[in-house]
Amino acid sequence: MTPDLNSKPRLAPGCRLNDKSQQPRTLLMPERALRLNGPSLEIVERCDGQHTVQQLITDLQKLYSKAAPEKVEQDILGYLKLLHDQRAIDFEAAQGSAS
Amino acid sequence: MTTSSNPLALVAELTHRCPLHCVYCSNPLELSQRANELSTEVWSRVFREAAQAGVLQADFTGGEPLARPDLTELIRAARATGLYVNLITSGLPMDEARLASLVAAGLDHLQLSFQGAHEEIAAEISGTKSHAQKLRVLGWMKQHRVALTLNFVIHRRNLDQLDEMLALAESSGAGRVEFANVQYYGWAFANRENLLPTREQLDRSIEQLNAAQERLRGKLRVEFVVPDYYARFPKACMGGWGRKLMLITPEGDALPCHAAKIIPGLTFDNVKDCGLREIWDSSEAFQKFRGEDWMQEPCRTCDRRELDFGGCRCQALLLTSDAAATDPVCSLSPQRGKVDAILEAANSPAPQVNLPIKPIKIDWLYRPNPS
Repeated sequence: MTPDLNSKPRLAPGCRLNDKSQQPRTLLMPERALRLNGPSLEIVERCDGQHTVQQLITDLQKLYSKAAPEKVEQDILGYLKLLHDQRAIDFEAAQGSAS
Repeated sequence: MTTSSNPLALVAELTHRCPLHCVYCSNPLELSQRANELSTEVWSRVFREAAQAGVLQADFTGGEPLARPDLTELIRAARATGLYVNLITSGLPMDEARLASLVAAGLDHLQLSFQGAHEEIAAEISGTKSHAQKLRVLGWMKQHRVALTLNFVIHRRNLDQLDEMLALAESSGAGRVEFANVQYYGWAFANRENLLPTREQLDRSIEQLNAAQERLRGKLRVEFVVPDYYARFPKACMGGWGRKLMLITPEGDALPCHAAKIIPGLTFDNVKDCGLREIWDSSEAFQKFRGEDWMQEPCRTCDRRELDFGGCRCQALLLTSDAAATDPVCSLSPQRGKVDAILEAANSPAPQVNLPIKPIKIDWLYRPNPS
């Protein structure tokens, strides 16, 4: 499944980022925990049900402007698919489109 | 002293009281009494110390955690320290309002245990009528944005209901389903001959579960644990002794694993007397099998020793009478023959019975409820 660019990823029930005061930043989920840093943290912080996949890509292309934009897009889509397969995120369909 | 990093998971056995009497209960044969249970205050301190020591997740278990009237408070206290709170429960006794209060207190993940796909087998295994209540809990859970796992403990008597169990998990809206083959300690060890599946059952179940994992990817995470008696190599029990996990018993003893108390000569520190970090770093029980110095051959020089840490100490004790022996499920263990003999018995056809045939009535040893 390739994420729809207009859908809005958000953390699945029972998945949350630990508090900013706690290091390392970690995605807590049922029976596992995922250490996050750099781009992975930037991505997960934007899985808030507000950002679309496209906005997330645009944001990270700006943050990592030295990397080839296509490469950034590819990496993000791959990472979102992985998070989805792990049941860490859901995609909320864009308004008006069928999911 | 062998170095320790930090614990990642805290298993909080809040009580040994339980309305169920499961024949494979992971609690010790000697259950803690209600009068000796830790107070709300001590548990709250333990959660703070755990979070400070680097623990990420707290598993609230028992017995039945719902037997504690202060469960909501305990969840709130653990969550306030940043811990991820798992509640492992039978769903008894619970109503809609109590579930809502647990969720409001910060519950992250509810794991509902099932004894089978329907009431009949569930009642036989747990000695209680509880299946219909579990289905009610599943209904109430639909209103809450909390992770849900269905935990099926599987064995000889219910393994053939796997498709029905999968269907129940799929229709429940859970994000995760766990099929855990019984592990043979304590009550399960006593009931082993009636619980150990046949090889044919096991092979078929693995095929079904692999197919379910493929089919449900992205919708429902299907996880399973095979019975290690059938494995070639042992499990990395607890992720290695004193490496990741700390268990606190209802009366406050700190254990490296659920069954550690069966190992003779080990002494356990209690959280009422010592801080959690201190126990983790220097308690005799945690040091005993940490690292590699305790290992015998063939573990001592084995390439797999950093993968499985020699397997399970309690299993080594139960089957070889030596807690420091290689886990005898390992095909490299000189004592693997003991496990093979158990498997052979489990896989031989039932003896011919002379007429008149009596209906088969299994003589289960049920776990009682502590006073």
